[in-house]
Amino acid sequence: MHDLIAKVLTNEPLNADYRCLALDAPAIARAARPGQFVHLRVTGLELSALRRPFSIYRAEGDRLSVLYKTVGRGTEQLSRLRAGDMLDAMGPLGNGFPLGTEGQLPILVAGGYGVAPLAFLARQLPTKGIVLIGGRTADDILCTDDFTSLGWDVQVATLDGSRGENGLVTVLLDAWLTAHAMQPAEFYVCGPYGLLRAVAERAAHAGARAWVSLDKHMVCGVGACLACVQRLRRPDGSTWIARVCRDGPVFEAGEVVWEEPK
Amino acid sequence: MSAHPDMSVELAGIRMKNPVTVASGTFGYGKEYTHLVDLRALGAVTVKGIRLQPWEGNPLPRHVEVPGGMVNAIGLQGPGVDGFVRDYLPFLRETGVPVIVNIWGTSMDEYAEVAARLSDVEGIAGLEVNISCPNVKEGGASFGADPRTVSALVTAVRRRTRLPIIPKLAPNVPNIKPFAQAAAEAGADALSLINTIPAMVIDIETRRPVLANKVGGLSGPAIHPVAVKLVWDAAQAVRIPIIAMGGITDPKQAIEFLIAGATAVAVGTATFIDPTTVLRVIAGIENYLVRHQMTSVKELTGSIKA
Repeated sequence: MHDLIAKVLTNEPLNADYRCLALDAPAIARAARPGQFVHLRVTGLELSALRRPFSIYRAEGDRLSVLYKTVGRGTEQLSRLRAGDMLDAMGPLGNGFPLGTEGQLPILVAGGYGVAPLAFLARQLPTKGIVLIGGRTADDILCTDDFTSLGWDVQVATLDGSRGENGLVTVLLDAWLTAHAMQPAEFYVCGPYGLLRAVAERAAHAGARAWVSLDKHMVCGVGACLACVQRLRRPDGSTWIARVCRDGPVFEAGEVVWEEPK
Repeated sequence: MSAHPDMSVELAGIRMKNPVTVASGTFGYGKEYTHLVDLRALGAVTVKGIRLQPWEGNPLPRHVEVPGGMVNAIGLQGPGVDGFVRDYLPFLRETGVPVIVNIWGTSMDEYAEVAARLSDVEGIAGLEVNISCPNVKEGGASFGADPRTVSALVTAVRRRTRLPIIPKLAPNVPNIKPFAQAAAEAGADALSLINTIPAMVIDIETRRPVLANKVGGLSGPAIHPVAVKLVWDAAQAVRIPIIAMGGITDPKQAIEFLIAGATAVAVGTATFIDPTTVLRVIAGIENYLVRHQMTSVKELTGSIKA
């Protein structure tokens, strides 16, 4: 893990809401694995502002990229950074996804910008698989070219039907599960908590393993402050409180003690 | 003039190579930051609060960012005495850096029992007695709200340990002096101040408190001037040394604490933002001493002209 001052290479809009930030961050980029994250100190915010965590989207040579949606003060300020600006980057942090199991078809399930670490994962998995991407509208569907260029099967669902199937991404998953009940598959999921839980339930029902990447608000990013925690179940049925930033963010779905929808 | 002033301090019998430690709860159990901070550079490591049994802490959300800092209600999640001694202490002992363990309980007996149990193991330099955590329903702040309770608690802990005991006082009292005096008279070897300041943030869209615990504790640069005033007040009331904490982000705030009367300081929330803050603070204090032609950091303690 490294803490370094990185130079912004590009900070380009993908559409009205999303951007891709590329940094020159050699030590982090060279160590990064799919599912890990980088903890950024957003230049221009007040000095007491906390770092913001971002899943790693690409790591190529010295170049490290993340995708983000402009949703608040931190990402708004991040969107103002230009090529040549500097920012403090800490990483790579967290455990990352396992890189496939022989004989299991990888099925990636993404909600919105949760697709970013899954695109990184697809580039490193030894087997081509299927990616199911969901979003509210067509603008929330990102990175489909990343997967098609690798020869993956890409399926899309949007809540307003503006791209792909109409509905939640689980519509696609249910259709696939019905049509391929006997196909050994392993699931990799990143997106909102409800999506992770929905895929976890289906995977458990199908007797398949699912790897879920949890997104909890973080402070330190290294497991010291205990702000981002998740209850997990041990094989003997007892539970413990894991740190999402340090022990995760990727967990086997069967370990997670899911919280009920509010 | 020597280029290297003496940075060492002795605090309640704890020999620190410099006057800088970390605030309990902001540095885990020392292991978490080893990639970025060489623990041997610190004057001491102060670990997160430990009670007798493992404790799960509060539901999420446990923190919220605010201008000038953050409000947290972690709720003292921890591995308990046995878990700490088994999983964390061997590593800390190997570093050779003095280890201060923050302790708490839900009864005076529990505080005393935790103190006794930690006195029986090798490698602990001192006990910071948390009587001011705003985020647990039982224990914590309820033992720090009245000087008589502080006195009774310190007395109970004193009976069960020969380790230096360092009560951590609450900032939200009308006058800190009777609390500091009560602790000192009951046998405290030093004082820590301040803990976070009780605070609350409301989501105006939902009209619900942001934290699951509803209320929490404010930390960060916003609380530093509050802490300086309390350290200055306490330093005039007692002769035992003070570890000062609250909003240190640069050497300047640490030096203020020393001038106000602190013997040592602790870096807290700033570590989350810049993990090397503690190293910058150590270097900055040393530079200050050189610049002001002081031979020892001890000259700085209580040197306020007021």
